Amino acid sequence: MTTTRRDLLTVALTAAAGAAVARDGSGTQAADHDHEHDHQTVPSDLALRVKALESLMVAKGLVDPAALDALIDTYEHKIGPRRGAQVVARAWMDRNFKQRLLTDATTAIAELGYGGDTMIVVENTAAIHNLVVCTLCSCYPWATLGLPPVWYKSAAYRSRSVIDPRGVLREFGLSLGEHVEVRVWDSTADLRYLVLPERPAGTEHMTEEELAALVTRDAMVGVAKVAVPQSRVHA
Amino acid sequence: MNGVHDMGGLQDMGPIRRESDEPIFHAEWERRIFALFNAVDVEWPYRRHQIELIPPADYLRMTYYEKWLAALPQILLGTGMATAAEIESGNAIGGPSAGHHALTVAEVATWNVPDTSPKLTATAHFQAGQRVRARNMNPLGHTRLPRYVRGKIGTIARDSDVEAVQDSDTQGLAPKEQHVYSVRFAARELWGEQASPRDSVYVDMWEGYLESA
Repeated sequence: MTTTRRDLLTVALTAAAGAAVARDGSGTQAADHDHEHDHQTVPSDLALRVKALESLMVAKGLVDPAALDALIDTYEHKIGPRRGAQVVARAWMDRNFKQRLLTDATTAIAELGYGGDTMIVVENTAAIHNLVVCTLCSCYPWATLGLPPVWYKSAAYRSRSVIDPRGVLREFGLSLGEHVEVRVWDSTADLRYLVLPERPAGTEHMTEEELAALVTRDAMVGVAKVAVPQSRVHA
Repeated sequence: MNGVHDMGGLQDMGPIRRESDEPIFHAEWERRIFALFNAVDVEWPYRRHQIELIPPADYLRMTYYEKWLAALPQILLGTGMATAAEIESGNAIGGPSAGHHALTVAEVATWNVPDTSPKLTATAHFQAGQRVRARNMNPLGHTRLPRYVRGKIGTIARDSDVEAVQDSDTQGLAPKEQHVYSVRFAARELWGEQASPRDSVYVDMWEGYLESA
């Protein structure tokens, strides 16, 4: 890490973007960055810089464009929180599966055909609330929940979850009583965490599939509880 | 390295901003850098360290995928996958790069199925229930020991896994493959009296990060 290296980075990226413009001859780019999140300025050349890097890496034989497309398709369309929701619903329905899940989550989740991460599942109860974070970067159970939302990777969430979890949960609309024990799990190694939320009351009549439909990503990270739409509650 | 990436315990980072109906990617370039960064033939600790080396003001300003875009050229340079001249020009001046594997479509398909490879083994030197202290170490390279637990006393909650140490400086961290424990730190041990007496933080720690207490 030297100043020289950082200067080189800046120069290199600027130059690479320029090269890409020259190659496609258009100089146009998508103004496709219209969402709100934590930055004041959006450099206009991001798309070109990425394009230049991709062209170079393909030319160097470092990446196969078909594999890049497969990666994007996998994480944009195939893998997401529905997987985790199925795991949760199964645990709610099947006491033995739940026991296996809490003892050896990786093996239990593999029963559903899902894998790729070494997993630990922690159970929320009336007395214990678990919350998952990665303070050092953005570790998240991709194989069971898909890619993390922007807030999970934000400085605000990463920094405060460990020192003020109750305050963080209040920001998510969840106020926990003093009698509840809060456990925060900082994913600092290669273990990935999934929260098994409490099964809400009034769901006794539901099928596993119906239960899975209630389980949200946020509940499996530990920033929310699972709610039941009033129309679904049997008196 | 004690960098801004090691954020646990900071309090001035503002509100947590959530986006309703958040898409997986917000732009086409995010898709492409996501794929490039995942496909590049290098270990994850090295990738993470290149992100950590982004100058702090930039690190805090950049979006997530902007950081990946900033780190990727450094990975190419640092591993010899591409030269500075190639990155500057965008042209593969030296021709194809030898000795690096290009991820295949078939390999991508294996990423999210159950792993049947044998698990690593190592001798465990701690057991659940034991009191431990996180070592006070401040390595200049990559480490997975967050600052907020260094020197603090906790309890081994779970012997969770055996994993290869990820630190760049492995001095004092032999052997390479060690037990990883979930260590419970009482919130008051970490943050003092302002913390709830009931609450705790569990941190995954390689054995070499711990000493008996």
